[in-house]
Amino acid sequence: MTTRRVNDFTIKIATVNGTGSASANTLLMKSIFRSGVPVMGKNFFPSNIQGLPTWYEIRVSRDGHVARSGRVDLMVALNPETYARDVKEVASGGFLVYDSTWPRPALLSRPDITVIGVPLAQMCNERFSGVRTRILMKNICYAGVLAALLSLDLERIRGLLAETYAKKPALVESNMQAIQLGYDYARQHFECPLPLSVEPMDRTAGHIMIDGNTAAALGCVYAGATVAAWYPITPSTSLMDAFKSFCDRLRVDPETGLRRFAFIQAEDELAAIGMVLGASWNGARSFTATSGPGISLMNEFLGLAYYAEVPAVIFDIQRVGPSTGMPTRTQQGDLMACAYASHGDTRHVCLYPANPEECFYMAREAFDLAERLQTPVMVLSDLDIGMNDWMCPDLEWDDAYRPDRGKVLGLEEILKLEKFHRYVDKDGDGIPWRTLPGVHPKAAYFTRGSGHTQFGAYTEDSADYQVVLDRLLRKWDTAKKRVPRPIADGAGSELGIVSLGSSDSAIREALAVLRGRGVAIDYLRVRAFPFGEEVERFLAAHRLSFVVEQNRDAQLRSLLTLETAVEKAKLRSLLHYSGLPVSSSFIVEGVLAEIASPAAQPQDIAHA
Amino acid sequence: MTFITKPKVAHPSLPRNALGCTRRDYEGALSTLCAGCGHDSITAAIVEACWGLSLEPQNLVKLSGIGCSSKTTAYFVSGGHGFNSVHGRMPSIATGANAANRRLSYIGVSGDGDTLSIGLGQFCHAIRRNLDMLYIIENNGVYGLTKGQFSASADVGSKAKKGETNLQPPIDPVLLALDLGATFVARSFSGDKRQLVPLIEAGLRHRGFALIDVLSPCVTFNDHEGSTKSYAYTREHYEPAVLADFVPREREITADYGAGEASEVILHDGSRIVLRKLDADYDPGDRRAAAARVQERMSSGEYLTGLIYLDASGERPEFHQVSRTPEVPLNSLPYEALTPGAKALEKILARYR
Repeated sequence: MTTRRVNDFTIKIATVNGTGSASANTLLMKSIFRSGVPVMGKNFFPSNIQGLPTWYEIRVSRDGHVARSGRVDLMVALNPETYARDVKEVASGGFLVYDSTWPRPALLSRPDITVIGVPLAQMCNERFSGVRTRILMKNICYAGVLAALLSLDLERIRGLLAETYAKKPALVESNMQAIQLGYDYARQHFECPLPLSVEPMDRTAGHIMIDGNTAAALGCVYAGATVAAWYPITPSTSLMDAFKSFCDRLRVDPETGLRRFAFIQAEDELAAIGMVLGASWNGARSFTATSGPGISLMNEFLGLAYYAEVPAVIFDIQRVGPSTGMPTRTQQGDLMACAYASHGDTRHVCLYPANPEECFYMAREAFDLAERLQTPVMVLSDLDIGMNDWMCPDLEWDDAYRPDRGKVLGLEEILKLEKFHRYVDKDGDGIPWRTLPGVHPKAAYFTRGSGHTQFGAYTEDSADYQVVLDRLLRKWDTAKKRVPRPIADGAGSELGIVSLGSSDSAIREALAVLRGRGVAIDYLRVRAFPFGEEVERFLAAHRLSFVVEQNRDAQLRSLLTLETAVEKAKLRSLLHYSGLPVSSSFIVEGVLAEIASPAAQPQDIAHA
Repeated sequence: MTFITKPKVAHPSLPRNALGCTRRDYEGALSTLCAGCGHDSITAAIVEACWGLSLEPQNLVKLSGIGCSSKTTAYFVSGGHGFNSVHGRMPSIATGANAANRRLSYIGVSGDGDTLSIGLGQFCHAIRRNLDMLYIIENNGVYGLTKGQFSASADVGSKAKKGETNLQPPIDPVLLALDLGATFVARSFSGDKRQLVPLIEAGLRHRGFALIDVLSPCVTFNDHEGSTKSYAYTREHYEPAVLADFVPREREITADYGAGEASEVILHDGSRIVLRKLDADYDPGDRRAAAARVQERMSSGEYLTGLIYLDASGERPEFHQVSRTPEVPLNSLPYEALTPGAKALEKILARYR
């Protein structure tokens, strides 16, 4: 029996990539969003241009949960190649829509679900001409079927199409025809709406649907970044594309056509990070975006930037590793690689946004920190945040904001100096003063990755070398106080969850579910490396903390054991590394299983 | 690199340039290279050129990678910022720095190892971008700091100090630069200051990428019999094709050239390069002919030197012209010119509803 599930279900659409299904999916999601119902779209796509399986998951959640739920209530199975697994995935009591132009009763039969056959190809072949058009229209047609089944407003859909194709009104009509075909067929042949349906609410006002890469790019524009250097790599490319497109609109002088930014497609990631260092060293706010393989390549320059104290902002949109891995799947696998990038004693400031909203604000924060601390700052987003559309509160901007350019001596101050010394800790916070080229000969210094004294001179003297290395540690302590603080939630349970980044949404939903089952757990979301006092306190205050992260090797747990005083035995890992975003049910089940096991009992902890 | 600060004592009778500076004002730290190293002569030529141009020291940005050559940026113009980066990656630092502030002069000093092996890619792409900089290769055919391995510029048949013969063909930076569309390509010899100084002056003033490949013998590891990069070999096989005299905008031409001997090229800032062809058939404005001549001389073991190719027409846009950036350097734009502001954000967000 199917229970009525209004505004609380998950649709999954299985298609072939390169066939236009992305526009239908966006259309469906946005029309739900505009009905005032919280919604989330996640794209599971191949590293391919055309012809491989692709899925799109739409989670409708009246309670505003934006993570994967872990169940599928309605499957739209349009890719015969994946029928078998798609049919299996539907929750008991759920629904399956397929293209009945080619009936497949054996393959698609499951007694506990309702199968809905719609002759999509047949209808579109009759109505439209041209091979490509027919394929594209078939994929718009299912949006019409779903509109009828879920009770979506056709006028709202038309409005969305009119916005999308503002410059090609003919497309609005042809798309609408395809939608109407599907809509009418469903209404004539099935009872509409299904027990799953969308009823208008008012829970999306003051919100937007945006992906993290776009939000991060917008943050860079607002932070005043002027030099962007990069090498294309999935899933970071759209961040740079978005920066360019925002700048083309917002930073071009309408009269002269001159651009108040430089956008440099480098020959590789080695050059991209070099360009960022050169520009930052020379006083411009500069950044790059990359993914795991790019971070590996950038290591040598990151060590130079750490040691020579050059600001830089690097966005790492993490994908599945190791090596080339799965470029279009998500993971939190670069935590260790970023925290300790490069040879020798190096540690880097890392920020961990949980959603597009934080990508926007942390982009600004990253530039302020990089220039204040004179060091690279890495923003570790991931494919799930970067490339999926998330519902977020409206981004806000305070016009009173002014960039923190850090300790840079201007001409007036330089003139007052008798002599300038680049690496002397004048203020006791471990951060020296720097100067920019072209200001005054007295302020010139020699930047180098080789051993140097606090006065900036080359050295092979042990004591002089250590003075600088020890001061860098004092700077690291200053960083602890300046980076974004963790967010703690809870009321003194003896159990805790520690996590970071995109796992947040699934954890928050899981916590609500667990609370409903009588399990109270506190939650700490780490937002930056180095960890500060609050992380220490949280770990000390909880008998057992689950460390939830999306990698195989428990990298956050490793960082916590290396960088805090916590006993290893007090940390239990919940690891999700399939390449799909972690679901709330994974966490609920993981926590319940752990709590039930004797290993999690207090006496065992004491023995450990 | 040195531990020792060079004392700055200037005799009152030393000549002064338009800024009132003596040559001493363009020096840097004391060199720690081997006595007789060709690189030190190049450093001296850079000092001479910067003094001659009356360059404000703070307006010179010195960039380098790793190796003996890359140490030398510490040995001249201590009033300019220097950035000694990582091996072979100087061009990317130069690109970023130049993007941030187009008003300064950028000089990159590299070696044959730094440029032609690990740095070959970045070298090529800096040329492709026509980055406005002077790129000097201090070319000695050998890895000095690691004690005598062949570099990628070593000639076939050249002998290493320990007797090994190089069998792999060299990568020639001059031919590469010509092929990739560089607008200023020169070759010189550290032992010929008369030829080298005006080339450096012209290279610094040229708008776009200027390459000077300077043969610079390594006295310790590559100055023996059988080496094709020794002082003796270079002196013997060195063939100037075009002599270039650099004349700053503010100076009159005083030299007396014979009729038909000299031709003049005017640079974007009004400076002039007077070219004196030693071979009447040679045309330094013809890229293909220049490449052919270089190759022809190479095949008989000779080094063609001088200003081998020059395109001062400005037809090939440099990096900032391609990027369409304003005259005001990006690092000097006020924040107000960069942020769209809160009002604009509301409009931007409307697209995401």
